[in-house]
Amino acid sequence: MRLAATTIISLRALRRNKLRSVLTALGIIIGVAAVIAMVSIGNGAKSQVEAQIASLGENIVTVFPGSTSRGGASFGRGGSSTLTPEDAQAILNEVYGVVAVSPGVRDRQQILANGLNWNTTIQGEGTDFLGIRLWSLASGNMFSEADVRSSAKVCVIGQTIVDELFAGVDPIGQTLRIRNIPFKVLGVLSKKGYNYFGSDQDDVVVVPYSSAMSRISRRQYLSSITIQAADSSLMSVIQSETEALLTQRRNGREPDFMVRNQQELAEAATATTKTMTVLLGAIAGVSLMVGGIGIMNIMLVSVTERTREIGIRLAVGAHGRDILAQFLIEAMVLSLMGGTIGILLGVSISEILSKVNNWPTLVSTSAITVAFFFSGAVGVFFGFYPARQASRLDPIDALRYE
Amino acid sequence: MTPVVKLEEIHKVYQSGEVEVHAVRGISLEIAGGEFVALMGASGSGKSSLMNLLGCLDRPTRGRYLLDGTDVSGLERNERADIRNQKLGFVFQGFNLLSRTTALENVELPMLYAPVRIPAREMRERAMQALEIVGLAKRADHHPSQLSGGQQQRVAIARALVNRPQVLLADEPTGNLDSKTSVEVMGVFQKLNEQGITIVMVTHELDIAQYCKRNLIMRDGRVVRDDIVAKRLFAETELLNLQRAEQDAALTGEI
Repeated sequence: MRLAATTIISLRALRRNKLRSVLTALGIIIGVAAVIAMVSIGNGAKSQVEAQIASLGENIVTVFPGSTSRGGASFGRGGSSTLTPEDAQAILNEVYGVVAVSPGVRDRQQILANGLNWNTTIQGEGTDFLGIRLWSLASGNMFSEADVRSSAKVCVIGQTIVDELFAGVDPIGQTLRIRNIPFKVLGVLSKKGYNYFGSDQDDVVVVPYSSAMSRISRRQYLSSITIQAADSSLMSVIQSETEALLTQRRNGREPDFMVRNQQELAEAATATTKTMTVLLGAIAGVSLMVGGIGIMNIMLVSVTERTREIGIRLAVGAHGRDILAQFLIEAMVLSLMGGTIGILLGVSISEILSKVNNWPTLVSTSAITVAFFFSGAVGVFFGFYPARQASRLDPIDALRYE
Repeated sequence: MTPVVKLEEIHKVYQSGEVEVHAVRGISLEIAGGEFVALMGASGSGKSSLMNLLGCLDRPTRGRYLLDGTDVSGLERNERADIRNQKLGFVFQGFNLLSRTTALENVELPMLYAPVRIPAREMRERAMQALEIVGLAKRADHHPSQLSGGQQQRVAIARALVNRPQVLLADEPTGNLDSKTSVEVMGVFQKLNEQGITIVMVTHELDIAQYCKRNLIMRDGRVVRDDIVAKRLFAETELLNLQRAEQDAALTGEI
């Protein structure tokens, strides 16, 4: 095969019809650009969701109160009131692979400071809470184990609270009133933003769970126990062992709690975005396909239109396979050129979308590689039929063709 | 000396639907090196079919064709393509140059299909030499649309020459040209013939045939006459005559 010469011939032929070459490649350009842009939008959304889920903390198993029924009336989820700090302590002590637990109590209260008031979530937690949630302090300190033991009137606050009640003031050491009880601000949490479900994670006041139970909500039960596993592989074991332990602690009573694994949530959320990515990619793939058919169409027209040219080539000594190779290379150069331009265009579109619209986009190298090779394959696939037609022409007929 | 072209009882039968067309009916013919043959005949006489056979574009139904001593009548499609590339040069009535392609690249075309790869530099040099022979070296970078008919035909001749063929085959090379340009093109052929190149051309113009050395006349698929040209015309003198006639016409026009 005279590959080098044939390549020269193909490139010369494409150069002779610059405008048509560009227009033919346009289908592929748009197709590939669409695939790249769509997949990066999908991937961007996926990675954002993953990041948000990761920001909830790593390797977390959570225990929630379950439903109970009393006298035939079911109380629904969270209706039971049996989850205690002792349960949390037992989990930490007895379940293998648990590195930290934080008993949690949630409540909504009106708070006051500096003559301003604000309605926010009061979250009673243990000292390990920030470590479990991968949350750091922007300034100040977390409350201590001693504060938990003494049900101290201390708190750390989120950025939204700082903005609403302590604008322009250093909140550390200031006093905040919850149910008219003064709490001393020990620290300010770093900004965390909105979570996957759209609520403001910084709109929170964190107090020791003991203080929350005795001073604010005045209940003896917890609204959650957050458990951190040493490793993600241990999570399902911890989940089942926690269930067994709590069931045992309830002495044969009907289980009134639920143990949830963070991975389940993560999987559900990423499955949604994965579906979206596949869908977007598939739609874009259709346009790439249409681009390929465009190439075949033009190549077929081109073979008819260039019948005389083919005749000349055959007359001066071209073999059928030289003609086949020429048209195949032409189709491949067109589609690979289209693919390359399409990749550049697709990457720029995702960049622009993320800059202008503030959409999270993630250009994936695998999408680029696949798009490039797929466009080459499109060239071979859709170029083959016209090329074979061309290679089978008879030189005498082709030369006579008007 | 072996003849360059030797045909032995060549037949060509086409199947046109249900009808058999006997285009060539047993032609035997020898053409020696350095000959300059005009093939003449009315349309339908079989001269184009014979030309296609001579050019290895087609295969005879029966008979033997020896080109330069080797039998080429039974060769496959690709083998014939290599013979066309290496031993034959084609000049067509309609020039058949690639449009939007420079004269130089057009002349390079047969070398791109050579069985043995030719380096790009050598291709360029050989193409330039061929263009020089036909007097168009200065137009090497022109496209066909920027050239006159006569110049286009000269580019086509350069293309036919570039692989140093045994035989130059021309199918009505002056058919699309005016009479003066026709004489110029015949001049190119005569010059090449003087350098020893064998030429076979189809023409239906009697005066053009007078520039050749030998005339074959065909009718109904057979060669009916085979003459040596007695009163041969030479392009150089004819061009001078034409020039003189033009000058005379101009002078009389002025009075």
